[in-house]
Amino acid sequence: MRGYVLKRLAQAVGVLWAAYTVSFLVLDYLPGDPVTAMAGAGMDSGQVDPRQIAALRHEYGFDKPVLAQYAEYLGRAVRGDFGNAVTTGRPVSSTLADALPQTLQLTATALLFAVVLGGGLAVAATYTRRRRLRQLLLSLPPLGVSVPTFWVGLLLVEAFSFRLRWFPAFGNDGPRGLVLPALTLAVPTGAQLAQVLAKSLLTALDQAYVETARAKGAGRWRVHLRHALRNASLPALTVVGLLVGQLIAGSVVVETVFSRDGLGRVTAAAVTAQDIPVVQGVVAFGALVFVTTNLVVDLIYPLLDPRIVVASGRRAGVA
Amino acid sequence: MRALPDFRTPRWAKLTALLTTGVLLTACGSGTDGSGTGDGRPHSGGSLTFAVGSDAGCVDPQQVGSNDTIYSVRQIVDSLTDQDPSTGKIVPWLAKSWDISADTTAFTFHLRPGVTFSDGSPLTAQVVKDNFDAVPKLGLLGTLAEGYLSGVESTTVIDPLTVKVTFQQPNAQFLQATSTHSLGIESSASVKKSPQQKCSDGVIGSGPFVLKQYVQNQSITLTRRSGYAWGSSRWSKQGEAYLDQVVFKVVPEAGVRAGSLRSGQVDAIGSVGRADEAALKGGQVALQRRANPGIVFGLGFNNARPILKDARVRRAILSAVDRKQIADTVFPTGTRAATSVLAHTTPDYTDLAPDLAFDAAKAKSLLEGAGWRVGGDGIRVKDGQKLSLTIDWVPNAATNQPALELIQQQLRSVGVQVTLKQLQLPQLSPIQQSGDYDAIWGNITRADPDILRSSFSTKLANFYRVPAGGLDTTLSAQAATSDPAERSRLVAQAQQSIVRDAYNVPVVELQTQLGVSTKVHGLAFDASSRIQLHDTWIG
Repeated sequence: MRGYVLKRLAQAVGVLWAAYTVSFLVLDYLPGDPVTAMAGAGMDSGQVDPRQIAALRHEYGFDKPVLAQYAEYLGRAVRGDFGNAVTTGRPVSSTLADALPQTLQLTATALLFAVVLGGGLAVAATYTRRRRLRQLLLSLPPLGVSVPTFWVGLLLVEAFSFRLRWFPAFGNDGPRGLVLPALTLAVPTGAQLAQVLAKSLLTALDQAYVETARAKGAGRWRVHLRHALRNASLPALTVVGLLVGQLIAGSVVVETVFSRDGLGRVTAAAVTAQDIPVVQGVVAFGALVFVTTNLVVDLIYPLLDPRIVVASGRRAGVA
Repeated sequence: MRALPDFRTPRWAKLTALLTTGVLLTACGSGTDGSGTGDGRPHSGGSLTFAVGSDAGCVDPQQVGSNDTIYSVRQIVDSLTDQDPSTGKIVPWLAKSWDISADTTAFTFHLRPGVTFSDGSPLTAQVVKDNFDAVPKLGLLGTLAEGYLSGVESTTVIDPLTVKVTFQQPNAQFLQATSTHSLGIESSASVKKSPQQKCSDGVIGSGPFVLKQYVQNQSITLTRRSGYAWGSSRWSKQGEAYLDQVVFKVVPEAGVRAGSLRSGQVDAIGSVGRADEAALKGGQVALQRRANPGIVFGLGFNNARPILKDARVRRAILSAVDRKQIADTVFPTGTRAATSVLAHTTPDYTDLAPDLAFDAAKAKSLLEGAGWRVGGDGIRVKDGQKLSLTIDWVPNAATNQPALELIQQQLRSVGVQVTLKQLQLPQLSPIQQSGDYDAIWGNITRADPDILRSSFSTKLANFYRVPAGGLDTTLSAQAATSDPAERSRLVAQAQQSIVRDAYNVPVVELQTQLGVSTKVHGLAFDASSRIQLHDTWIG
């Protein structure tokens, strides 16, 4: 077990390093740099003295060779120091720390909605005996996965904010402002969850142990929830691990549509301004969350299903 | 992240549309608006909520260049002078009068007594000097303000209420520059702070509103300055502003801004595009429009390129563009086709509409005359070379791409092949400097005709590689005269020269369009097509 955890940790570090490096290379490949972006460089901002740009570029170290820049960034990142944002001059760590609570609130609520709605949908669709209803319910998840998030957001805002005026259309104020964005973010997430759960529920209901349970006289509801759902939830749990990454990515769109402050907005702004230190910080943070969640999920398996035994370096079982 | 617009599932789209329509229909009629409660007379009090699309990340008026943020920070500071939007005339504000030397190198301002900043400190000549001494040291965000003061020799305190600014060369534009937000006067305490500090903490000004709170990417809250008594001479209300509070909310989605205004969640919104006009029509909303002064949207030629060195080719392109079609189909309602290189709201603008008329036949004959013959594919050829050029553009306005695609079609029909090349904003400046481009699409907002000199004089950056000649003399002369009539004549001459030699192809004016609830009164554009909120009240 200890060997297994150590190996997984080493893998996690590898993933973090790869994410950091790839994002650095992509940002470096993009034309321009944060300094020229900062200068507005637009036609509407007057003339910019090239000497001034050169001086600033030197100050931030953008005139150094790529490898030297990379080594410097990585060296500091390992110590947890992501430097200062180019556009605001604030430390990246505090920029992210300020935005994080808003995004955590949003993604946690969205995940809750996704589990409740997606799980509920899967259970209802597999429980009902009415064929038409089952077909309708089972066709909802593909719909939820395929519609663009921002479009769902705009529809919800139009209906529940502009027409019904139940919820505000923008801002971070209070729990009422959280409902529509969390719902928007929960649609694709919940849909994927429902797809996986419904499929594994159907598989589970065909298993011999379900027959046994039925033969022993367990009620239909009890068989469905206690026996089938418990076994069917393992694949769903794997999906949840992956969905956490998707939720963070989805927050870029949702936070923009609903004008919420948070990591997503910070990311969008940083990418536009080519604020490399901030983007690198976001990438590293996102990778860290993703890696941690998946590690935790893997370690939870044996608790849910005693048949899964974690051997050193090798894992047997479902999923 | 989910992909951008992809409506490939018509089956489901229809179903969803049906479902939401049901929801929407039942929801109709629940909207009431609190308008019309007042007696129609201006009164003090109330809070105005204004939704803008972006946050510049900085709340220092001397450093900010984006309209969305200028709207709010403009209210915090006063300027030495103000500019009348209808006449372009410069009128007193913090300076009650001024003298300009005959060669426009020295400007002496006589300050109004009794003005205080919101930290209680008084406005003196020394404070003005501190401001003007600090502006050239601002970072890259302060390029507007820096440009206005470029070539400054010294700022001297004559007496506590008299300050003199001297330049190395004639600089007629400086008077108008003192009316802009960029040269808004900040308190000595603010001037001493670093540019970054001023950006994030805001500044102390003497303006009709005070910065109460700035939450990055979220909101800027202003409250009324009590005891304010030194408003611009062109404002209708004396003393303090009407509004208690103004909240600027950052709402990036245009559709959400429009819906929030319609549903009364905000009182006014910025950047209303053509697509949002329909949604706002008929409600309790008025659309307010004004063309931005300065250089209109157009093609800035690289006049040193072999193909474009020939004035006949440039003139042919100028005539081949159907400006009206572009203005009417792509831009917000009311947008005017360009009638000069300057927008009609710029002081000393001259109407050159006949020179900018759409004339495909003229374009074709000019190209024939220059030796460009139509080839097999409809594109003209000369000495085995195709008549082809690339237009570089940046996606900083939703109208850019559709406008350029129309231009592409229009030029194609006279035998000119156009390739559109989308750049990112940071790429633009290096390309302008290197000269590695054929034409760049863009505009510049500035309520003084001297913008022609910054853009087309060969003695400055000369991004457009204009050949040295008579235009330089005219542009330098207009900057050196303190006689308004003479300046006007010279500026007219410069516009004619630029348009007739087709150094630039003017296309459409940029129009600022705001959506404003009908219960909001007195929200007026200033000379630069930004807003002034001192006279604004809610009825």
